[in-house]
Parts: sequence; C-alpha cells; structure tokens
Amino acid sequence: MKDRRDFLKTALTGAVLLGTQAKLGLADVPTKPASLGHQDQYTHRIEPGKSRVVIARDPALHTSSGQLDEKRVLELLDRAIASYTGRDKPTDAWKHILPQAPDKVIGIKTNGLGGKGISSHAMLAFAIAERLQWAGIKPGNIIVWDRFARDLEACGFTINTDPSRVRCFGSDVSGFEDEPVAFGAAVNVKLSKILTRQCDMVIGLPILKDHSMAGVTFAMKNMYGVVQHPDQLHGGGCNPFVADLNCIPAIREKVRFTIGDAMTSVYDGGPGFHPERLWQPNALIIGEDRVALDTTAWQLLERKRSEAGLPTLEAAGRPPRYIATAADADHKLGFNKPEHINLVEI
Amino acid sequence: MIFRSRELMIATIVIGIIAIAVLTGCKKKTNDPFPASGAIAGWEKTGDTRTFDAKNLYQYIDGDAEQYISAGVITTSTADYKYQGALEAVVDVHTMSAPGGAQKIFDTNRASDAKIVPLGDAGVALAQSVVFRKGPYLVRIVAYESTPATPQALLALAHGVEGKL
Repeated sequence: MKDRRDFLKTALTGAVLLGTQAKLGLADVPTKPASLGHQDQYTHRIEPGKSRVVIARDPALHTSSGQLDEKRVLELLDRAIASYTGRDKPTDAWKHILPQAPDKVIGIKTNGLGGKGISSHAMLAFAIAERLQWAGIKPGNIIVWDRFARDLEACGFTINTDPSRVRCFGSDVSGFEDEPVAFGAAVNVKLSKILTRQCDMVIGLPILKDHSMAGVTFAMKNMYGVVQHPDQLHGGGCNPFVADLNCIPAIREKVRFTIGDAMTSVYDGGPGFHPERLWQPNALIIGEDRVALDTTAWQLLERKRSEAGLPTLEAAGRPPRYIATAADADHKLGFNKPEHINLVEI
Repeated sequence: MIFRSRELMIATIVIGIIAIAVLTGCKKKTNDPFPASGAIAGWEKTGDTRTFDAKNLYQYIDGDAEQYISAGVITTSTADYKYQGALEAVVDVHTMSAPGGAQKIFDTNRASDAKIVPLGDAGVALAQSVVFRKGPYLVRIVAYESTPATPQALLALAHGVEGKL
C-alpha cells in the first residue's frame, strides 16, 4: 500500500483539478444525457477528452488465512472514492457521485455467476451500501441485485425485500419486461424490471475475471446479468453484443458508476471458479467510463497472464474485441486508448 | 395369459424382474450420482441437487456453457458438500451424449501441472480440485479452500461419485 502522503498527494491533486470543473460534477449530470457522445457522458475528467480511472490497492487486504479484512475493504473503498472525486470525506465524496434527490433508488449490480469462489464480494457491497446511507440514501432505497436469487446467495447475501432495510433480490423476483428492446445485434433483449422500473441509478459491482469467450469480463460484460437470455449474446466472442447491450438506453443512462471488484480474480479458465488460477490483485478499479475501466482491467489481466507464462488473450484466441467496438463511432460508450485514460494508481 | 409349461412361466417372470431391475437401476444411477450425507466419511451433502439442461446451462456457468454444449452436454447436475463441517466443496456432474464429449472437455481444460489419479477412464487432481471422466460423464469437484486435508478428502468424495455412475 502506498503511504498516506502518496494518497493525499494523489487525492489533493484530484481535488485541485476537479475543483476547476466543479460544475461538471456527476451530481449535476442530467438523468438522461442529451446525446450519446463522449463529451456529454463522462464528467470526472482531469482534462477534456480523458476519462479518469482509479486503481486503489491494499496488499494486506487479505488476512493470513486468506479472508478479506472487512475494515481494510471499507478503507480501500473510501480511498478509491476520495481519489476519484477529490473529496476526502466519504460522505462528501459519495454525495458528489450520487443523484441529488435523496429519494432516488440506487441499485448495486453484482456478479454472482462464478459461485462462492469467484463472485462479487458481499463485503464490498455492504461497504458501498453503508456509505450510500452515510450520503443520505434510505436503506430501503438501496437494492443489491443480480439475475437470480441463487447468484446473490452465492455471494453471501440473504434475500430481503423488506423496504425498511437494504433490499436484496434477483430479477427472478422482479421479473423481466415483456417488451423487448434492441440495439445493433443485441435484439430481442428483455431487461430486468429492477433496472427499468425500480432503480434511478445503478452502480456496477463486477468482479474481474478471465472469460472463455469474451476474453475479459468486467464492467460492460456485467450487464449480461440484467437481461433474461444472455445466452443469445455470446457469439463471436461476445462482440459486438457487449457493446450493443451497453448502448441500450436504460443501461447506458442508469449504470453511471462502476466499483470494480479486483480483490480476487481468476486469470485463466474463467469465468468459472478455478482455484488453481486464482489471483489476488487486492484492488478496486473505479470510474464512470465503462470502456476505460474494461481497458484498464484487460491490461491488468494481461500482465498477470504474462507473469504466469500464459499467452496473451489475443494469442489464446479470445481477445476482448468488444472493448474497441464499444469505443467506436457507432457506440461512443467511452475511451479505450491509453492517451484518453487518466489512470490514477494509489 | 396361458403358459404352455411351468418352466416358461417362471422364465418369463424372471426375465421381467431382471428387466425392471436393470431399467430402474440405470435410471437411479443417471439421476443421482451424488453420495448422500455420511456415505463418504466426513462428507455431508449440504444442499439440493440442481440440474440444468443444455438450453439453460448458461444460468449456472455463464459463457462456459458454450464449450459444454458444443461437446454434446445433455444435463449438468450440481450439489454442495461440506467436509467435517468446515471445508466446502461443489460437485458438478456433466452428462454428455457420448464418451467423446466428456473426453473433449477433459482434455481441453486439463491443467499441465495436474497430477494423474486413478479415477474412471481418466482423472486428474490439483490442490483444490479433482476432475475425472467415466463414459459419458465428466465430473468436476472443487473445494473453496486449501487445507492439508483437502486433496485426500476430495479424492474420497470423487471415488464416492464414481461408484454411483
């Protein structure tokens, strides 16, 4: 872990730079962007034409017995958000990220398909839910969700629909829209009603994994969990399906922030749980630009594969081509070129 | 029915009993390859068996489903286990349309550092997992943590599953 001085330096730098663009804070972004261009959607920029991505690490995140240290997870989340927003106090930082109206419903979309061994960590979701409440969100206005209840239970959650507490349930409870939507090749898509009818904003909580078809699964691929039949979107290495799916307005407009779980990852053999290919990056990767986030996550995964003596994903026949597709002129979901990504590592 | 001889009647009854026993036995083996709690020393089955067919396999293993479908998976059944009340593991039994499908998945996903173990037609083990194939079945058993007891405990459970296939 970098020392406190390094952290403050990074955070303060962010604060100064962001201070010059205070009016561009995420809280000021209209619910529905006027257009789908790059310039309109992403607000936390150090400079125009760049997207900010923060990788926050803590090498001591796991205890000697291999369990996550709850206190350190919360601290890591706070450091990441502080660095991203330039606001040192968690409450201020979260208020900067969230919609201004306190009665808004915030969803936290996890990925529990990998089962107990390689799913979004419940501990991180709990930490986010706690900070959302600090920022004034009512407990019942927080929904932790995934496609199926069993996916959530695999992450360690207990299903709860009591509106007086943080809610947690799957789309199998809420159901899916009868009316399909489409964008490009992603046709006949039936979206979860949790996304379309209940959430005003969604925070993506994906887990970084190698993927046998897509190459990498992280911010954008996590959206496969909001549709009824993701099996129809896996052809061609999931390209252009991942990009097309993320262009569907309800996803594009509501999923406005990602707190990527890279505390534990699988660098080969994914997306299932392969204990012999597990890896502990001990990191969170956060930001608004889902393309920049996936680009960053891909690079991280490639570095680990190289260290392990494995071929690149390109050489393995499964490069995540959907990332470049998502950045192209037809999609404009974000940036994938390094010169357009302001990567802050703390 | 009129039988011309007592011997013919007995033979018919015996053949019928054998046929019913064989059919019932086969069905039972196909449907339940999972050892019951206590059947293997220290192992407890902690949840219901869930079964997915090729069409909805993605609900269980996401994009991994494609390689199983292309290899001819018919069903995948899974159940959770716990060893001595602490070590958690999951058993997946993939039933393929032919032994070649099980072999294809087994060979494709075999880790180079895996140790060969005498299970079924072919088997391998790593620190936290055991994989073997037997006829059209491909079995994968994975533990969620590594302890000194994990490898032997997994092997014992694997033999228990093999015996029911």
